Parts: sequence; structure tokens; C-alpha cells
Amino acid sequence: MVAAVTPAVEVRGLAYAYPDGRQALFGVDLCIEPGERVALLGPNGAGKTTLALHLNGVLTAGAGEVRISGVPVAKEHLKEVRRRVGIVFQDPDDQLFMPTVGQDVAFGPANLGLRGDALATRVRQALDAVGMADVADRAPHHLSFGQRRRVAVATVLAMEPDVLVLDEPTSNLDPVARRELADVLRSLSLTTLVITHDLPYALELCPRSLVLDEGRIVADGATEDLLADDELMAAHRLELPYGFDPLAPRRAS
Amino acid sequence: MAAHVHALYVHGTSPLHRAAPQCKLAATVLFVLVVVATPREALWAFGAYAVLVAAVAALARLSPAVLARRLVIELPFLAFAVFLPMVGGGERVDVVGLSLSVAGLWAAWGILAKGTLGVAAAIVMAATTPIPEILHGLERLRLPRVITAIAGFMVRYLDVTVEEARRMAIARQSRGHDPRWLWQARATAASAGTLFIRSFERGERVHLAMVSRGYDGTLPSFGATAAARDEWAWALAVPALAATVGTLAWWWLP
Repeated sequence: MVAAVTPAVEVRGLAYAYPDGRQALFGVDLCIEPGERVALLGPNGAGKTTLALHLNGVLTAGAGEVRISGVPVAKEHLKEVRRRVGIVFQDPDDQLFMPTVGQDVAFGPANLGLRGDALATRVRQALDAVGMADVADRAPHHLSFGQRRRVAVATVLAMEPDVLVLDEPTSNLDPVARRELADVLRSLSLTTLVITHDLPYALELCPRSLVLDEGRIVADGATEDLLADDELMAAHRLELPYGFDPLAPRRAS
Repeated sequence: MAAHVHALYVHGTSPLHRAAPQCKLAATVLFVLVVVATPREALWAFGAYAVLVAAVAALARLSPAVLARRLVIELPFLAFAVFLPMVGGGERVDVVGLSLSVAGLWAAWGILAKGTLGVAAAIVMAATTPIPEILHGLERLRLPRVITAIAGFMVRYLDVTVEEARRMAIARQSRGHDPRWLWQARATAASAGTLFIRSFERGERVHLAMVSRGYDGTLPSFGATAAARDEWAWALAVPALAATVGTLAWWWLP
């Protein structure tokens, strides 16, 4: 099959070692088409977050290359790449650093040069998209954890990214907040990479999954097939919750 | 909107609450300067200042009880003033059997009166201005953006850090830590070190999140809007009135 459109994310032979010499990624290859929602699964320490930080050029590849909608992630394109790739970090307290929610959401688009009414519109739209428009004047630390996570999503949506990357979006969320976030993510219809070891969440949101272990992509396929593959799961320290059947939705339909 | 904006803010809709933060800040600082510059022998002037602060507080519909309770913060500083009449030199007077220095008494009075008025003015301002607005105001007053940004980060992460410290203390106590003596402070000190490292690492993560959203070394500034001329006029009327009192006080100095 020949790809008719430029992939939203294209990673070729990406290798990376930390400054202390510890190698984290050993030649990662992956390709995400526009509009796809893909889960990146893997045990702790597999290199998932390290991979994510290469997508917007915070970390620079030791070898290999990353392209976002065809644009190589390199120094001369950093500003554009960082607009196109929005990363939602694991701890919303790291992401929300301005005195009020509204100012925090405005931070990204303001760095892109937006001012005045255009900026205000952007902020309102982004907060609307995550259902948080009424908290624009509140301080981030007065919101619940689930609300802060959704505001963190708004902070990158305000930059109108092409690709949304979420690092462990369900960590520390109660079941309702977890479901509300899923509703938000489904409503966005953006190219999305969900980094998680919450396997039911991956199944719920992402038709396709990648498994990263020890710095390599070891599996790539339909999420339900991967989750139903006991051998693969056991080999990479992935485990479904007790009593969970990944094929149940398929049988039901 | 039910949320408290910060601990010192008292929610309200008075003209003082609505006034531009930069005007309030400038008025407060100027008022304090005038008070400090007033000769302490002019007792009546301090009475006039107190009436002025009380009038502004009434305009903001702050209850005197709140004002009084918050003035308590001043007490540790006044403790120092209490000793001045006892240790001061020069001419002495007997007050209920105590021999006190006259110069020391004046010095103590000066600290008490000027300190109390300054703290009261600051309390009125803090009670009517949410912190983000104070930061906007400082920005409008041409304070460098870096300074207001650092202050903003401090405000933002104060609660986060205090909460982290509290969790660490609970975890220590849960494992039987019950320090009573100085030589048992080791665990507490180690926690402080850990807290510092954690905060430092958080700083790095925050920076990462900022860079990911296009931060290039200059923080954008929001929300700081210019104040109307009559807003300035109203705000500056307070220190102007105080300055008139202060000038008269110098004039009529005995």
C-alpha cells in the first residue's frame, strides 16, 4: 500500500542516549496517519516519555529522524514543530504555571505572537473544547485534579496543534474524571498519541496501538489483537486488569 | 464564582475592589512613605492617618474585626519596640514604678504608630486585590517582567510545595517520627533537602512544559490594562490627603 498523504508523525531509526550515557531508544520506527488515534503502550522505563519529547524537539535525536507532517524536527523548524505537536504532560501542576487558568491557556498562543481579541478567542475556544470555560479566572491550584488535567489539554489545544500527545492522561484520575477526559479526547478528532499503561483506556480510545519496550517498537497493530495476545503481553510486562476481556466489545458488535 | 482567590483576599464589589491594581499599589506605597516621613512628635497627625485608613477600609466594606485580626501579624516586630524604653539612655521618667527612657518611649511610639499604619494600609490593599491583579499592577508600574514572573511562579507553587511538605511530614509521623529534641531534627532536615530537590526537579519539568509551548525566554504579559485618569485621581487623593497632613505636621512641630 502506498501512503497517499504525508504521515502526521513519521519516526525513522530514532536512537537516543541520555547525557549520562544510558541508552533509552534503540532505533524506533513508527508512522501515524492524520486523524489516527494511536496508543503507545509499554512498561515503566520503556522510553515512552523520551520518545514523546523527541516529537516536539525538546530532546534531539542521537540518530535517525522525526518528521511532523513532513517537516523534519530540527533547529530551524522548532517553533513550527512545537506549534504542531502539543504535549500534555503527566503532572498538570508542571503544565499549569501561570496565576490563572486563562493566562495559562494564553501562554502558548501568545508565544506564537497572538494578541488582543484573537488571543482571547483562542483561549475561549480551547477552554470550551474541554468544557472548562467557566474557570478561566480561577487559579489552577483551586481546581480538582481532573479539571486541571482537562485545562492542561486546553493549554495545548489553544496552539491549534496537528498532533496531540498525552503522557499518562489517566494517572491519578478517578473513574468519572477518566471518562470525562475520554469524552473530550473523542470529541476533538485530532491526530492523537496516547502514552499509557492503562490498557482498557487504550482499547476504549485507540483503534491502533504500538508497544514500546527497551527502546524499541516491538508490536504494532489493532489494539484488541495486541491486548488479546497473552504471550506478547507477558513478554513486555503488560497486564490487563482482573477479569478484563479485550475481545468482549468485538463479540458484542 | 465561589473560589477564594488567595488567603488574604476578601471577596467584595466595593469601588476599592474594582479600582485598578496599579493605582492601589501606588497609593499604598506613597501613603506609607508619607507616614514614615511624619515627625513622631506630631501625635495628632497619626490620628488623622488612622482616620484616613479606617475611612478607606469602610469604603471597601472591610469589617474592623478582620482588620484587627490581621494586624496581629505585626506583634513580633513590636516586641522589639517594647524593650526600647527600658534600654534607652538619656532623660528618664517613672511610669508605675518603672524607670523608662524618654527617648526610648518616643522611639517605641514611632515604631508602633508608623508600623501599625503601614501594615493596616497593606492589609486593606491585599484584602481588596487578588494576587494576579497585584502582579498586573506591578507590571503596569514598570516592574521588570522577570520579577513579576518569578513572583507569579512563587504564588502558583507555594500551595503545591506546602502540600508536598505536609505529605512528607505525615509520612514521617506515620513511621513513628516524633521529634522533641534538637538532635532528632535530622529526619526533618533530610526532608527539607528532599523537598528542595523535588522542587528543583519540578522547576525543570515546568521549564520543559514551557519550552514545549514555544517559550523562547520572554514571558508574554496579559491582562495589565491602563487605568483611567480619574481612577488615578481618586486613588492618589488618599496619599495626597496624607501628604497634606504630613506637611502640616512638620509646619506646626513644637
